[in-house]
Amino acid sequence: MKFKFWGVRGSIATPGPATVKYGGNTTCIEIRTDNNDLIILDAGTGIHPLGQELLKQLPVDAHIFITHTHWDHIQGLPFFSPIFIPGNDVKIYGGLDPVTNEGIERALGVQLQYSYFPIREAELNANIEYNTIKPEESITVAGAKITPILLSHPVLNFGYRVDCDGQSIFFTGDYEPIFNIYDPEDSEYEEYQSFIDQKQQQIALAIKGVDALIIDSSYTTEEYNSKKGWGHGTYDSAIKIANEAQVKQLFFTHHEPTRTDKQLDDIHQRLKKENPNLDYEILLAKEGVDFML
Amino acid sequence: MQQTHNKELIAFVEKMPAFPKSVQRVVQLTSDINAPAKEIVRVIESDPVMTVKILKVINSAFYGLPQKITSIQRAVVHMGLNTIKNLALSVAAMGVLKPTNKADFNTQDFLLHSLTTASICRLLAERLNVKGSECSDYFVAGLLHDFGKIVFAEFDPDNFKLALEKSLEENIPLHQTETEFMGINHAQVGKILAEKWELDPVLIDAIEHHHNNSSKNLLTGCVATANQISKKLQFGFSGNPVIDESIDEILPKFELTLDDLITSLGDLSAIKSEALSFINS
Repeated sequence: MKFKFWGVRGSIATPGPATVKYGGNTTCIEIRTDNNDLIILDAGTGIHPLGQELLKQLPVDAHIFITHTHWDHIQGLPFFSPIFIPGNDVKIYGGLDPVTNEGIERALGVQLQYSYFPIREAELNANIEYNTIKPEESITVAGAKITPILLSHPVLNFGYRVDCDGQSIFFTGDYEPIFNIYDPEDSEYEEYQSFIDQKQQQIALAIKGVDALIIDSSYTTEEYNSKKGWGHGTYDSAIKIANEAQVKQLFFTHHEPTRTDKQLDDIHQRLKKENPNLDYEILLAKEGVDFML
Repeated sequence: MQQTHNKELIAFVEKMPAFPKSVQRVVQLTSDINAPAKEIVRVIESDPVMTVKILKVINSAFYGLPQKITSIQRAVVHMGLNTIKNLALSVAAMGVLKPTNKADFNTQDFLLHSLTTASICRLLAERLNVKGSECSDYFVAGLLHDFGKIVFAEFDPDNFKLALEKSLEENIPLHQTETEFMGINHAQVGKILAEKWELDPVLIDAIEHHHNNSSKNLLTGCVATANQISKKLQFGFSGNPVIDESIDEILPKFELTLDDLITSLGDLSAIKSEALSFINS
């Protein structure tokens, strides 16, 4: 299995001279199995250049797994050129939204409306198939076992574990480790903490031993203080989970949109200095580079 | 109200709004970006209608959570605050439960009874050294045990009124007069709804068996006992004048009479005032 980042930015695309090195597109990851089958995680603006690349070899057979339906994870879908071409198969997977009760068809349907986009859903020429999947129920596509895990974010969010060819990747989508909503002096504090601990153990178990953990690390710990509850993790929280889950490689992604290449490099250096004895490599997600597992 | 009416009943309850105070608070709190999460949770878990409706959504097989979610606190840990907040808002959008109904069933007194039973039930769990992580389930079970009554008051008020009156006049347990006038009692109706909504079997058992001794579940025993304590202390009123003193059968672990158990629990007035402060805030 190998993978490639096509979008590593959080919240909004950030083109410009300050983001040339790591990239300015929002989330999209291409996974290729040893059999060259295509699995895509999220459809942020990064799926547009990926789509252009795919046009070189038609027909396209793509399995797209959506972690959640915030714009920066779906905005590229209407611009994913293979959806317009007859003979292509595009299968979109994701969870049911418990608030609206809508399946994953909402990811594309909500964008292809008259006021927002000139093409109707009925006019797409590829075979589009929607598969609404359930938490912790693995499905097998293109020879890969994919397991969705509920992770905390201000909307339904699945992290996906992909097991294929004897290797494994876990991508969190957007994820803020759960924090206690009570103060230590509240009578509910301890009980709530026990729920959190249980859930964290489940998450660590789901990530256990993966070859690559790709994790939302939007903030530094200092920045996080004013962004608690916004739904994103920190570099330090990512390292903590990676330690618990004994991963083999850790990729920080969902780079904060105002973060420049220089700042990201500085943060990376600092993290390596502060964590000299990790059993695994820590890397920054970067557009356009193939990672072989 | 027999089996044939179940579909109609379930459809009716789907549209049943929550209590006015919690609806108002949910709207307020969800308009304030700085509202503390614990405040929002507190409001939701103090309203049996809002609680049961949220548990219903997230426990549905359609959604497919691998484990049952038994309390709002657990729901927030699994689904995140924003999802639960928005679910509460969609319940709030259904309007508010009218303070008066044709059955003359006092909804404020009912809410006070439900809330105090919930708190006493949690207290009993703590006394019995129930695992800390399960205590909120005891609260929820206490909160929901009489849910069927508020459904009766809205769905079949004429017959429920007759059942209430006869129970009061002749000092007969309400669940008996409900069966007499409607062919089914509030525990059975609560069970039908809880089953339909795929709630945790332990919660279903507590709702179904809080008036009989047929359950072996500790949770059910605690709900049954907390119910009697709340009644004995006249914390609110849920329409049933008869106090069942035979808690030794319900909950042999305590080996106490109802009065002695109440005494051993110490001053419970704070439970009442806390519930009242929520209802009247």
